[in-house]
Amino acid sequence: MSAPTMAGPKSTQSTASLRHRLAERGIDTSLLMLLPALIFALALFVYPFSYGIGLTFQPSPATQQQWGDGVFSNYAAFFKDQFVFDSIWLTMRLALPAALFNVLASIPVAFKLRHRFRGKKLLTTLLVLPITLGTVLTAQGLLIFAGRQGWLNRFLIDIGLIHQPLTLVNNYLGVMFSLVISGFPFAFLLISSYLSGIDPSIEAAAKTMGADWKQRFRRVILPLLAPGLATTFILTFVLAFSVFPSARLVGDAMGSTRVMALMAYRAFGEQTDYPMASTIAMMMGVIELVVVAIVLMWRSFLYKGSTGGKG
Amino acid sequence: MTIAASKFQSLELRGVGRRFGGTDALVDLNLTVRAGEFIALLGPSGCGKSTALNCLAGLLPLTHGQILIDGKRVDTVAAENRGFGMVFQNYALFPHLSVEKNIAFGLHMRKVPKADLKRRVAEAIALVKLEQHAKKLPGQLSGGQQQRVAIARAVVLEPRLVLMDEPLSNLDAKLRLEMRTEIRRLHQSLGLTTLYVTHDQEEALSMADRLVVLREGRVQQIGTPEQLHNNPANWHVADFMGYRNLIDLDVTAVNGDVVTVQDEGFTLRGTAVQPVTVGERVRAAIRPEDLVVVSPTVPVQGGNTTTATVSVVEYHGREFAVDVTTSGGLSLHVRSDHAPAVGSVVELTADPARVLVFRAALIDPSTLSLEEKELAEVRR
Repeated sequence: MSAPTMAGPKSTQSTASLRHRLAERGIDTSLLMLLPALIFALALFVYPFSYGIGLTFQPSPATQQQWGDGVFSNYAAFFKDQFVFDSIWLTMRLALPAALFNVLASIPVAFKLRHRFRGKKLLTTLLVLPITLGTVLTAQGLLIFAGRQGWLNRFLIDIGLIHQPLTLVNNYLGVMFSLVISGFPFAFLLISSYLSGIDPSIEAAAKTMGADWKQRFRRVILPLLAPGLATTFILTFVLAFSVFPSARLVGDAMGSTRVMALMAYRAFGEQTDYPMASTIAMMMGVIELVVVAIVLMWRSFLYKGSTGGKG
Repeated sequence: MTIAASKFQSLELRGVGRRFGGTDALVDLNLTVRAGEFIALLGPSGCGKSTALNCLAGLLPLTHGQILIDGKRVDTVAAENRGFGMVFQNYALFPHLSVEKNIAFGLHMRKVPKADLKRRVAEAIALVKLEQHAKKLPGQLSGGQQQRVAIARAVVLEPRLVLMDEPLSNLDAKLRLEMRTEIRRLHQSLGLTTLYVTHDQEEALSMADRLVVLREGRVQQIGTPEQLHNNPANWHVADFMGYRNLIDLDVTAVNGDVVTVQDEGFTLRGTAVQPVTVGERVRAAIRPEDLVVVSPTVPVQGGNTTTATVSVVEYHGREFAVDVTTSGGLSLHVRSDHAPAVGSVVELTADPARVLVFRAALIDPSTLSLEEKELAEVRR
């Protein structure tokens, strides 16, 4: 069978210039706009980070002497030295409850502030203001306000509620207060914006179908809000996990708030063991990534699409 | 078909009103709805029709009046316990639940036994012909399909009353016509009682048993589509009912109901709907179909004739839509069976019974409060 020679469905050759064809695939001079960010990322993140990883495999003679020879000596030290290893637990003990509290406490506040009412702006400003303070100022304020001779203790003693001053700073509680003061406004702002992304008529619909407020929250609002809660939790957790100034200023730096950042600083500043400091920093990153991965895994089971609102 | 509306005898709105801050969104709405009726609330945006619907649903508390079902107050009952179904303009489907689960939501809330629930959900899905899409999320459906889910979700609960808030306004023209028939079919086959909010007069006229026309929170007229179409109570209702020619004229003669109205170079006889007096400035309302160009096949009706200059001619299939201008500068939409030349002077005629003459002032000033009078002054 001889088929007539037809101008078969040959792939039509583009007649556009090379430059035009490249541009269609997103390759053009506008890529240069990425250059500053690229230089920044390479110079200030990628290079120091790789250098840091390299350092962890070059343990100092002192470390090798104490924890055995070899490139993994720093890691052996990290896991075997109880003084260092315990700091993981001490950091977790601060960061997890702080992040959880910030997220959970933000939900009802964000709910209340969803509707318009008198004084809403003032209240929002008051809630968000601590974000501008910075940790050192917050720590200073906490020491003056909640210290043994602080206003709070003196007031409580004066009105006869307590007889001995409460120990609210220079311990676990002090750091927790500081983490809440700086983390809550952040969590509140994020959750507010996630909440405003949920179309209010969805809740109204649930209402007309007979759902009371508990059912509406559990079956409609929470599933739609959960991805936002997960993101907020991750961000506040990472903030709290890397706590350093307040752990030193309002905490018990060598005791109950001996967080990982402090341990890294100690290795670097006091022992001038730069490779060990890098190792602790790397392990901080690894632990954060593990927690983030767990939360993201949980999140991946949730609905992630549009929530109908203004977003 | 086992889905059927729960029954009541009558739903009564007594002086229902709603104020927002200092402004009235809805004033003194009185309406009695009989079971099985399809009522449309019609009006321009901001007229209070959605406010009325939300008040009925319980999503907005009333500031005045009562709502009664068979003599029992329901306005004091929380929205979740009223047993009304509601269909929202943006559908308001639960984006994280499948079509099936969206429809089952209300039944879950009512703790309907599982077997019964499954059967009813399946029936509701079949009712709106979405069998193939039962497992999909709302985001995977087209606008029309989403609207069907919203309707199924409302009717599966066998509500005493279905409230629909401009349910078709987000759909394209073709789909809107289809869904119109669909909603009407469901209303009839399930024996629903429906309150339907719309700004589309054609939609309201074609679907509803009775219409309520609202303007600035006040009821303008309540009646059957025919009553409103043929006998609008004031020029605002006329405007909404397709009387596209609304012209301000002076009354020169009154003879019973028949009045003569005129402007420079333009005189017509019409029917006074509201009492008017000689010398009064009035507003005449005429449909384009009722004001026609005289031709050999279109005779003058009732000796009622006037002249105007043709400015635009459009071909509309069977007839021509013609825009004319009178020598006094009034612009009118008329119809013609032939294409008159642009710029030529034509003779127009209209049945005096179809030229409706209204008072120009919409609300009787004597019933207004002082503030409202001032407001009216400012608006003028």
